[in-house]
Amino acid sequence: MSHDDHQHHDHDHQHSELDEMTLRVRALETVLAQKGYIDPAALDVLIDTYQTKIGPRNGARVVARAWADPAYRDWLLRDGTAAIASLGYSGRQGEHMVVLANTPQRHHMVVCTLCSCYPWPVLGLPPTWYKSAPYRSRAVKDPRGVLADFGVTLPEGTEIRVVDSTAEVRYLVLPMRPAGTAGFSEEQLAALVTRDSMIGTGLPLEPAP
Amino acid sequence: MTYRSHADLGGRPRTEAVIPEAEGELFHAAWEPRALAVTLAMGATGSWNIDMSRAARETLPDYAQSTYYRIWIGALEKLLADRGLVLPDELQAGRALHPPQPVARVLQAAAVPAALAKGSPTERPAGAAARFQVGDRVRTRAERVDHHTRLPGYAHGKQGVVESVQGVHVFADAHAQGLGEQPQWLYRVAFSGQELWGDEAAPGSSVALDAWESYLEPAA
Repeated sequence: MSHDDHQHHDHDHQHSELDEMTLRVRALETVLAQKGYIDPAALDVLIDTYQTKIGPRNGARVVARAWADPAYRDWLLRDGTAAIASLGYSGRQGEHMVVLANTPQRHHMVVCTLCSCYPWPVLGLPPTWYKSAPYRSRAVKDPRGVLADFGVTLPEGTEIRVVDSTAEVRYLVLPMRPAGTAGFSEEQLAALVTRDSMIGTGLPLEPAP
Repeated sequence: MTYRSHADLGGRPRTEAVIPEAEGELFHAAWEPRALAVTLAMGATGSWNIDMSRAARETLPDYAQSTYYRIWIGALEKLLADRGLVLPDELQAGRALHPPQPVARVLQAAAVPAALAKGSPTERPAGAAARFQVGDRVRTRAERVDHHTRLPGYAHGKQGVVESVQGVHVFADAHAQGLGEQPQWLYRVAFSGQELWGDEAAPGSSVALDAWESYLEPAA
């Protein structure tokens, strides 16, 4: 699929709307602050939080712990919210967490066809493609085609279970632990866990030979 | 029908590729993080709930042509104007022209970490026993509703199997309309690709989604 009219359109749009949007957001922010509805310093803390503190490395630590510790894995699959909170990750857009384990028989892929629901405490802010019309349209109907866009091909016999986040439950995929990682520390394991592998559009990295 | 969502995209015929993105690529313009932050900060004032916010976004006439943070800003302006918190002439002028309206709370910088860590849980105590159990065959409602809803179009009138009972949660349809929380049992229901897409289904594919109890009837 070489043509991508919608996303090219979006891209052009972003450039032409840059000044308009910069002014529009600045005006809004100014009025909200003048009216006392927002603390301008809180905006900086919010941005810094999602730029430097809350992102997919959180989820990678959860996955690495589950790979390393069977008891933790059981807890994570039974009560995702509590097991994830035990590592310090909780709250906004991850209030109710369910973790889905990939197996050789079943691969999970998460989407939000209706908006952009995404497990923020473990993965941070969603990537642009997750919020895009092509992903939201195609994931439920053509999951293998979407995986191909990410360079992922699964065995024909593997069931692909797409999970559409239609309520306030947020889903994290627990990918399969790569072969050749016996004896790895949790830190080494976490380095193999990609964001996309926790959404289900990717696989973990293979360990360096 | 007067309510029209432009956001119900699942299964729409689209051929464009999905463009992967590096993990660190969070924003694509300097205004985007500001848009994120003002949206979260105003959400924290309690002037509306997340379902009202989703309804405001999905009904924007230019939804399909807009990037995601532009949608957020459009919806935020609409929510503010509808409540008289910020009027269009103020956005035009870039400064406050009318007295502020009271808001329930203002998120202070020092309170941000605790507020984010707490979030807004939607699970509520059960008032009645769950109507369905894991393994039950159910059918989703086929009729369209004239308000915000979280049953995607592709899953209307489809038969599936309950695979998890997810607790009792604030009912988005009611909450978005300002009718209170009206909590209901929530279920994860799985559908075969064949049931959803017929002969067009990808072999070996299935879809699960979360459905409130009133979306479901026992299947014959």
